[in-house]
Amino acid sequence: MSLPRVDRQLAALLRGCALLVAAIVLLILLFLVKESWPVLRHVALTRFVTDASWHPVQGLYKLTPMLSATLYSTLGAVLLAAPLGVASALFSRYYAPPLLAGCYRRLIELLAGIPSVVYGFWGLTTLAPIIGRLHPPGVSLLTGILVLTLMILPTVALTVDAALAAVPIAYVRGAAALGLSRWGLISGVALPTARSGIAAGIMLAAGRAVGETMAVLMVAGNVVQQPHSVFDSVRTLTANIALEMAYATGDHRAALFVSGLALMAMLLVLVGAAELVGRERHHV
Amino acid sequence: MSKNGLATLLIWLTAALVSGVFVWLLSDIIIHGLPKLSGAFLVEAPKNAGRSGGIAPIIVSTGLILLVAMATAAPLGLATAVLLSEFTRHDSVFSRLVRRSLDVLAGVPSIVFGLFGNAFFCIYLGLGFSILSGGLTLACMVLPLLIRTAEEGLRSAPNDYRLAAAALGMSRSTALLHLLLPAATPAIAAGLMLGIGRAGAETAALIFTSGYVDRMPDSLFDSGRALSVHIYDLSMNVAGGDANAYTSALVLIILLLIINSIAMGLAKQWSVIAV
Repeated sequence: MSLPRVDRQLAALLRGCALLVAAIVLLILLFLVKESWPVLRHVALTRFVTDASWHPVQGLYKLTPMLSATLYSTLGAVLLAAPLGVASALFSRYYAPPLLAGCYRRLIELLAGIPSVVYGFWGLTTLAPIIGRLHPPGVSLLTGILVLTLMILPTVALTVDAALAAVPIAYVRGAAALGLSRWGLISGVALPTARSGIAAGIMLAAGRAVGETMAVLMVAGNVVQQPHSVFDSVRTLTANIALEMAYATGDHRAALFVSGLALMAMLLVLVGAAELVGRERHHV
Repeated sequence: MSKNGLATLLIWLTAALVSGVFVWLLSDIIIHGLPKLSGAFLVEAPKNAGRSGGIAPIIVSTGLILLVAMATAAPLGLATAVLLSEFTRHDSVFSRLVRRSLDVLAGVPSIVFGLFGNAFFCIYLGLGFSILSGGLTLACMVLPLLIRTAEEGLRSAPNDYRLAAAALGMSRSTALLHLLLPAATPAIAAGLMLGIGRAGAETAALIFTSGYVDRMPDSLFDSGRALSVHIYDLSMNVAGGDANAYTSALVLIILLLIINSIAMGLAKQWSVIAV
């Protein structure tokens, strides 16, 4: 069956638009590679690990302090936000009375809508001084982790809430009929059924934490160093780009685009992992 | 205490903790931001690097950046959503390819959008640090969100519409224009508002695309400072800028709250999409 001419024309137009949209990702990758090429061409990849320090103007490109700062802050934030987010979702779905559950869900949505720069600003003016009293300087890995936790908690809570909502009501009724306690229902039926949704939500939240710039830039202190305790100041990959892009030229600028590529690589791994987990969902 | 009782206690404590931190954050910003918030703050130009004066040019720049972003992303996003829901099969190679690339795009960190925008729009296309560069960068960023909401809205239009239109011998284009798009309008509008909210909250993608200049912009080719960038600059680079940073943060939060409430209202009222 062939479509009328007007439909074929419209379909062609739409196809063109969609191709353009799909090409954006390729364009981003292309320009990241193009801009980092001057450094990638004459600097071996291993030097981003083995160089003595990060002094890109002198041709030293050690990225590992920033990489570990990104990994530690993400790991810390996910470890804190995952249980808190799951508990939040359980609260609004199984514990709170309907009115309170609605209010709490709205609150989480509001938290999700607060801009990262406001989280960073609040962390800098309120949280950092408190942690500084505990152990100077206050702007530290710990402050970064706490602010990131606050930022990704809504992501976990909302996705887990959606996953719990998809648990078939028959399962819940069955569990109730068997006389399970509320926690027995949750730990024995609801959480296992929703586990792939929960895992995908946590992966999504980890992706947000890796890519977050402003909040960690403002509260983590931005000293390029391998952290030895949570009270050390650190600089993440994203913060490094934001700080140095303003004046970077030549190979230095190219090295920053290399760190952009590294971020993209981490993201692709997380998206791929989330997709694998999501695929498993169809077999449950 | 039984396992059940302990779990109940911990979950209520978590909810109290999260609510408490939220109230702490919000009250902190309201208490410090409210004293300076006035009509004058909204219509005056910033003075002394933003320490005093208002945020009028910054609000104008923010509005222009959002306008450019939405004017670019909305038609592209709508076209892609229509294609995905009405003109291709869900499992066709083309639609899978587009969906996959949108998934990746949705996860690209905002600072990487900033790098890309700087290299592509500012330098390669020669737009320089401008409202146009910033807006186009944000357009790339909000596309996945716009497409997902518009597509869900279109999919939730009853299939009877499509069958009836076909039975009447309408072209698909006519059915789309007169039946399906009107049915999906609330979802599309909600998606637009969510996109504006997302773009308005963005900072990292704008620092190296739309720039820092806090003068009133004369055209889209001028650099313009977004509200979020203003908050960042005041708190990090301007000593004594905290008071105005608090007030700017309050203004930004109020604006985003209004935009998000409209989006939620649209979504709930028509119950087409679950946000």
